[in-house]
Amino acid sequence: MLVMGVCTVYFLVPIWWLFVGSSKSRAQFTGTAPLWFADFDLAGNVRELLAYRDGVFLRWMVNSLAYTGGSALLGTLLAAMCGYALAKYRFPGRETLFNVVLGGVLVPATALALPLFLLFSRVEATNTFWSVFLPSLVNPFGVYLARIYAAASVPDELLEAARIDGSGEVRSFFTVSVRLMFPALVTIFLFHFVAVWNNFLLPLIMLGDERLFPVTLGLYSWNTQVNQLPELRGLVIVGALLSIAPLVVAFLFLQRFWRSGLGAGAVK
Amino acid sequence: MTGVVKRIGFGGHGRAIAFFVVPFGVLFTLFYLVPIGYAVVQSLYTVERTGTFGPAREVFGGLVQYRRVFSDVPFWESVLRVLAFGVVQVPVMLGLALLLALLLDSGLVRGRRFFRLAFFVPYAVPGVIAAIMWGFLYSPNLSPFTALTANVDLLSADLVLWAMANVVTWVYVGYNMLIIYSALLAIPAEVYEAARLDGAGHFRTAWSIKIPLVMPAIVLTTVFSIIGTLQLLAEPQVFRSFSSAVSSTYTPNLTVYSTSSVPNFQLAAAFSVVLALATFALSFTFLKFTQRRGER
Repeated sequence: MLVMGVCTVYFLVPIWWLFVGSSKSRAQFTGTAPLWFADFDLAGNVRELLAYRDGVFLRWMVNSLAYTGGSALLGTLLAAMCGYALAKYRFPGRETLFNVVLGGVLVPATALALPLFLLFSRVEATNTFWSVFLPSLVNPFGVYLARIYAAASVPDELLEAARIDGSGEVRSFFTVSVRLMFPALVTIFLFHFVAVWNNFLLPLIMLGDERLFPVTLGLYSWNTQVNQLPELRGLVIVGALLSIAPLVVAFLFLQRFWRSGLGAGAVK
Repeated sequence: MTGVVKRIGFGGHGRAIAFFVVPFGVLFTLFYLVPIGYAVVQSLYTVERTGTFGPAREVFGGLVQYRRVFSDVPFWESVLRVLAFGVVQVPVMLGLALLLALLLDSGLVRGRRFFRLAFFVPYAVPGVIAAIMWGFLYSPNLSPFTALTANVDLLSADLVLWAMANVVTWVYVGYNMLIIYSALLAIPAEVYEAARLDGAGHFRTAWSIKIPLVMPAIVLTTVFSIIGTLQLLAEPQVFRSFSSAVSSTYTPNLTVYSTSSVPNFQLAAAFSVVLALATFALSFTFLKFTQRRGER
């Protein structure tokens, strides 16, 4: 119990500090007790953040949502389809395909970022939304998980029955299999979401236009300017709080899925 | 007859299979295989200039870039640095994750839901944001732990690596704990029944039954951690604005990034190829090694 208590403090104090810090004015930030509130003015700080440089922060948040949410949704579907085919059909080259994809899991994303940048600059497509979005769609680990889940949760007999009922393979996938795989798909989605959300190097290399930044890159760029523009420090702190809040909330709601899904992936 | 056709062909579902596989396959080829191939090709070229300011042209240089990589002292120092980091940080992080998972699973703890969430929350914080946050927490004039930061400079050359190790640990313990915990939940109750009949206590059960049974999960988390360690980039990049001790070649990935922004793409490509191979080799060796042991 003591261990649990100490660890809770360790994990939660930084976030608590961020929350408290976000509620203070610039003068109070250094002058008052760091772990307790002074004049609570979170709303004022948020207003200041949203107004700064024509509301570029809000734009970053929307960008992040598009990059991560969009690529995770679409990427999960593509990975699920591929993993499903690997699990449910026998076809020539199946094992080769699976092994190549599995090798892809071990390739560090950062080793890909630089050649991707060079390739995109060949077709003059760097510094665009697509230069970050398209590469983020590919999720080899998702294929691996989808194959395991499909093998475990979609019985062949059911597909056979659907065939006898005259349902096409693609229709069976969307009406029957996707439903059976749903908890697994949520897990793949969350994994994918977090991976893109955490990917720092790709946007750092690809994007030059501030208005295309995801929120992580935006806050990073502000943080590097704190020495010249001290007022940015407060904004970075409020911004950090606002940027992690949606994901924390999502975790609270989706944790049931996480657990059941993670188990299946880890045990096999 | 149809059986034979099925065995060698697509079993009559060729079109459906193509529908399922091709979209991912195309993207995987475009954004994984082609870039890897391109990096390998790039790394074999070198830029020559006629005179100091003459036009640059790419010429085939064979393994020239690789010779540079292997004689680049700061790069190998950075490799040693992340290896030292990994050798300490990965076991600490996974040890803690395993301990917490076992405690959650032991039935000794009340409020499991709360703890599980509390430990997992940091995982929602992206590496960059976590590094910015902890950077402030370490800074002497801002930190809530002034008693500590006034006496120990956590951002000094000696300690900054471990200050970063703490950031990584903070973010990922809960995630790894959850993977191990899920594996623990999957252990069938009969196994425990048998252990209890044999008179095994909590520790004995944990040591002789639970840990061996969740070994696959631990292996998985270890491989991910190894890959993560070699990819270390966001944390050191952020810490550069907090500490002058973090150079532009502090980790291998920072080296790749700063070499490419010079720009020397050919050399940067050679760096990334070497790095990707090293990551691949390390994870693969670890997997093989643990599999062999598991087969005894």
